[in-house]
Amino acid sequence: MDQMRRAFAIAKKDVRIYYLNGPVVIFGILAPAFLFLAFMIGRDLPVDFLIAGLLGMTVFFTSTSITPVIAPTETQTRNLERLAAAPVSITTILFGDMIASVFFGIAISLVPIFLGVAFGVAIAHPLILAVGIVLAAFCFSALGLVFSSTPTSMTSTVMMISMLTKFPLVFVSGVFIPIQEMPSWGRALASLSPLTYITDLCRYCIEGTCANYYPVPLDICALAVFLVIFMVTAVKLHERSLPMRL
Amino acid sequence: MKNTKNTKNMIEAEGLTKNYGEVVAVDHIDIEVASGEIFGFLGPNGAGKTTTVRMLTGIIRPTRGRVRIAGFDLRRDPIKAKEVMGVVPELSNAYNGLSAWRNLQLMAELYGVPAKDAKARAEELLVRFGLHDRKDHRTKTFSKGMKQRLVIAMSLMSDPEILFLDEPTSGLDVLSARMIKEVLRELNNEGKTIFLTTHYMEEANQLCNRVAIINHGKIAAVDSPEKLKARMGGLGRVEVSFDTPVDSSDLRRLSGVTDVRASGDKTYLYTDEPGRTIQHLVDCCRSGGMEIVTLNTLTPTLEDVFIKLTGDGEVSVGDANALEGAANK
Repeated sequence: MDQMRRAFAIAKKDVRIYYLNGPVVIFGILAPAFLFLAFMIGRDLPVDFLIAGLLGMTVFFTSTSITPVIAPTETQTRNLERLAAAPVSITTILFGDMIASVFFGIAISLVPIFLGVAFGVAIAHPLILAVGIVLAAFCFSALGLVFSSTPTSMTSTVMMISMLTKFPLVFVSGVFIPIQEMPSWGRALASLSPLTYITDLCRYCIEGTCANYYPVPLDICALAVFLVIFMVTAVKLHERSLPMRL
Repeated sequence: MKNTKNTKNMIEAEGLTKNYGEVVAVDHIDIEVASGEIFGFLGPNGAGKTTTVRMLTGIIRPTRGRVRIAGFDLRRDPIKAKEVMGVVPELSNAYNGLSAWRNLQLMAELYGVPAKDAKARAEELLVRFGLHDRKDHRTKTFSKGMKQRLVIAMSLMSDPEILFLDEPTSGLDVLSARMIKEVLRELNNEGKTIFLTTHYMEEANQLCNRVAIINHGKIAAVDSPEKLKARMGGLGRVEVSFDTPVDSSDLRRLSGVTDVRASGDKTYLYTDEPGRTIQHLVDCCRSGGMEIVTLNTLTPTLEDVFIKLTGDGEVSVGDANALEGAANK
């Protein structure tokens, strides 16, 4: 319980320092927004299809944008040494960073939802959508922690690795092309991406019961499994890389 | 004393070793720091001081060896051990994006200080360190001295029993350095145990009950500053200035003189027998028609001990014998 309280203290610190950080705004909000605009402009696509894809992409980009900034920045500023000397475990530090990232992901995800509602899109299953977004925000924040385990003090290095992974995932995860319309190899690739499952869940909740490719329980289970894999991997990698960053 | 086991030594390290690949940064060192003691840790750059402090504070893991803090094994009970210590790292590391107040509150939350106590404690520390009028300013607007005072205040938020400070006054203005030294004395009077790493010999001499000198990752000597100085034979000096320039070779022949060094208008005669040397010096001046302007006897300083042990990069067998028993203390 003590460690949980301390994780929230770390999260509060992250919120105060990193939410308006340049790389977070550029790679978490502006880059995906322009990518989506580039895809959308000039095409005659249904609004609910666009909003479902935009929502999945927003959760993905925003939730993976905070955690990769924190570790290299705090390595450079030597604040990591301060945390390493404090009575908190590595898991607590990572969990604190993750909470800050989750709140950021959820808060920014409200923008496409409100945008959709403004354009007359109805949310058919709001509760499932809320569960999916929260779960996805945790999952993608943990993925960000995996990126941030790179033993460097250069934020740009971590962001480059992060973007090199994230952009290809966007194209194979049913954001721009529905999974049903993909070739079999494309569907196989899509099944390996966590983004696929939240996008699929968003389509179910926004476009209706026939729009999703996977059953809803499978989407939720897949996100939970990815969350566990990413978190365990992140803790192991950070345990190994932390001494190199001090 | 709160949250500590009943133990005489607040800091104990046994066989502490840190390897970086083939390089042995710290080589099987043993340290014992008693409750209420100010313990100085001295050594040249790259001797292993910061690595040792980082191992003692649980920031990095030793390759071998064991550390006990207030009776808690640092490897098995890292959270409890870290809760009883405050750490001031080598470089200031307050969060620049947060105000002084927020930095202090963050420390309170990380160390589990109740919110009500944290506010009162933060107010008290801000006043004590002369930062109260800047408490709501972001620390990136602070001077180096202010940042260092804040970092020390942060380390005191949990009212720790043990304080580790790595070069706390390095590069600071005189007033900030003096304030920090004064606070360390006050904390020690309150019963806190202080582990101080410093480059400033005079600071260690004034503050520390005992000092350890580390060189090439090994402890070369551990003792009180005065005992260390007393153990170092041949470091007594006679400081003399003459009305006219003097040939140092004449002075070398004086009884007991082991070395002669000139600095400005003064000449230093290193001697094992200062009384006898002065007598012969006066006789020599009388017979040579020279006039002595000033004459002082100087006892060895901690800096002399430090230079003797670390200056040539190696600790000689003679030096080690002179300090026999000290390192095993």
